[in-house]
Amino acid sequence: MNRPPRVSEAEQSRASTGERVSAVGASPTATSEPMMEVDPRLYRHLADAQVNVELDTGDMILNLGPQHPATHGTLRLVVRLDGERVISADPIIGYMHRGYEKLTEFRTYPQITTLINRIDWLSSFANEVPFIDAAEQLMGILAPPRAQYIRTILTELSRIATFLLFLGEMGLQVGALTPAFYGFRDREHILNLIEAATGGRFHPNFNRIGGLKDDLPWGWVNDTRTAMKTVFDACDTFEDLVAGNEIFEARTRSIGIIPAELGAAYGVSGSNLRASGVDWDLRRDGKPYLAYPEIDFRVWTHPDGDSFARYWVRLQETREAARMVLQLLDQLPSGPIMTKVPLIIKVPQGEIWVETENPLGQMGYYVFSKGATGPFRVKIRSASFSNVSILPWLLRGVFVPDVITILGSLYFILGDIDR
Amino acid sequence: MSDVPGTELDSTDDASADEVTTATDVEVEEPPDPHALDEEHAQLLTRLEGELGDAVLDTEPRFGDPVVRVRRDSWRRAAEVARDVLECDYLSFISGIDWQPAPKEGDEDSSDTSSPVQPQEVSYGAAGSDGRFQVFAHVQSTAHHWGLTLKVDVDETGMLAESWVPVYAGADWHERECWEMFGISFDGHPALRHLYLPSAFEGHPLRKDFPLLSRVVKPWPGLVDVEAMPEEPEEPASTAEDTE
Repeated sequence: MNRPPRVSEAEQSRASTGERVSAVGASPTATSEPMMEVDPRLYRHLADAQVNVELDTGDMILNLGPQHPATHGTLRLVVRLDGERVISADPIIGYMHRGYEKLTEFRTYPQITTLINRIDWLSSFANEVPFIDAAEQLMGILAPPRAQYIRTILTELSRIATFLLFLGEMGLQVGALTPAFYGFRDREHILNLIEAATGGRFHPNFNRIGGLKDDLPWGWVNDTRTAMKTVFDACDTFEDLVAGNEIFEARTRSIGIIPAELGAAYGVSGSNLRASGVDWDLRRDGKPYLAYPEIDFRVWTHPDGDSFARYWVRLQETREAARMVLQLLDQLPSGPIMTKVPLIIKVPQGEIWVETENPLGQMGYYVFSKGATGPFRVKIRSASFSNVSILPWLLRGVFVPDVITILGSLYFILGDIDR
Repeated sequence: MSDVPGTELDSTDDASADEVTTATDVEVEEPPDPHALDEEHAQLLTRLEGELGDAVLDTEPRFGDPVVRVRRDSWRRAAEVARDVLECDYLSFISGIDWQPAPKEGDEDSSDTSSPVQPQEVSYGAAGSDGRFQVFAHVQSTAHHWGLTLKVDVDETGMLAESWVPVYAGADWHERECWEMFGISFDGHPALRHLYLPSAFEGHPLRKDFPLLSRVVKPWPGLVDVEAMPEEPEEPASTAEDTE
């Protein structure tokens, strides 16, 4: 069942040696011009800049969104254009701001999980985990092993569901319609599993402080094993159909390169940062949480940092997540799914920072408690907020179609930006 | 409040099922000290204190993470030290907190269940505070995987903190959010504009004296249709667990 990853060999050797690739189609001209040392990747940009100077094209302000399909919701980009080139881009966020940090101060701990389900709505289950973990640690209780394992499985299933949609949708962003249908189709298998276990497809609200609401239903483990086969097949399809597609490569290679140091300074996290060659995954490197210390998995990185690398890393992580689910199912312990908690949950005074590796990146809660039934203040650190904050830097100087590629490859959820 | 019919009926009807879920005492054995720093973080703290000297006002470990409160004039210096000396190249977040308790909702004697009741006396979190407002931030190292929380007090009259934008580029949005939510300005920030809220918005929503507007417009239904909180059982049901 645990089959090795099916990674294109060239890509894998490059991922391990850290060699960078130049833009597709630009290399043949690289040797014919000995006068000036210019990165071959910049040639087409140079030619365009020349045209702009000669024709003296003026600036134009283009409003992208707030309803543009490439923005997964209501992100608005005010883009200043010179011809086809972006001079500056300013993301305007807040169209979906729901004030969750304020609302948490008016809710009890068990009520808050309903809110935080709706931060990153594609992987709602994974949002609950760090908050519940924070409350549990403050109370000094620990969920039973079986609950920890089921939480881990459902977190990884959320990751698969999120990434499968990305793998399909990314094709759509650059003009290929078919992969999007595959993405939605294959995600359905995972959503069915999540629904079977939790009762909710998008907002499970399944975590309880001290454990889980329910145990797994009959037959779920076998269904999951079967579904993981579908996931492996889907990943193979995407690898051939999208990642291996020449047009896709031409549209994504060397587009939107995030340097590792700058990405870290902006707080870009998760697959986006790993695609820039930073070998950092909170599941492995953070404080031990859930059942991750007990399973064996690989953290995928890619040296390029461009849109293709982000696609490639997520593709590998989808497979890795499916393998992790299979491992977890094999090791799934028996026992209770809920520890003893008081009827009225009061969290002792204290403060805690809990972070987890969510599908979109680092998700964390800084919880201040004053011993009441609700928190005094919760700082919600959502991944997309920081991932998108790099856009003004990243979009400077790119072409308009590449804006869409970059937006798609960063993969953000508006609820995760606006909270 | 004590004569709640619902809970008593339930417990007499089906004692075993109810008491399993309402078992009270959760004196679960805690590990020796959940806050203790591991060796790496203890060294990290020592190095930070060595670099910043008396600019460090107080430190306190919190669940394995050092929490450090620095002097106001050393806030940016603390970031530089964190980035250059401690190799914390990753900015997780910057945010603020208002330590003043929120005014109580409803009447004094009303059984207000609309929101959790917080203690009315002022108390501060780890590493203390000398005023109402604080800015706190979390930085991490992608290479060494350690991290720490930094805090700085904000003077209530000036409402000004040093900006981290020259140190961490990502501080830009976080500080804009903090500015509009708490009214804390950042010295050295390129453009403090509204981030989430409309530009004509007045007030600072995350301050504790800013009411939750939706409940001002329409009272929480719980205020009208009061449902009493279930009482904790008088006696800890120690034998009830075995009956399951």
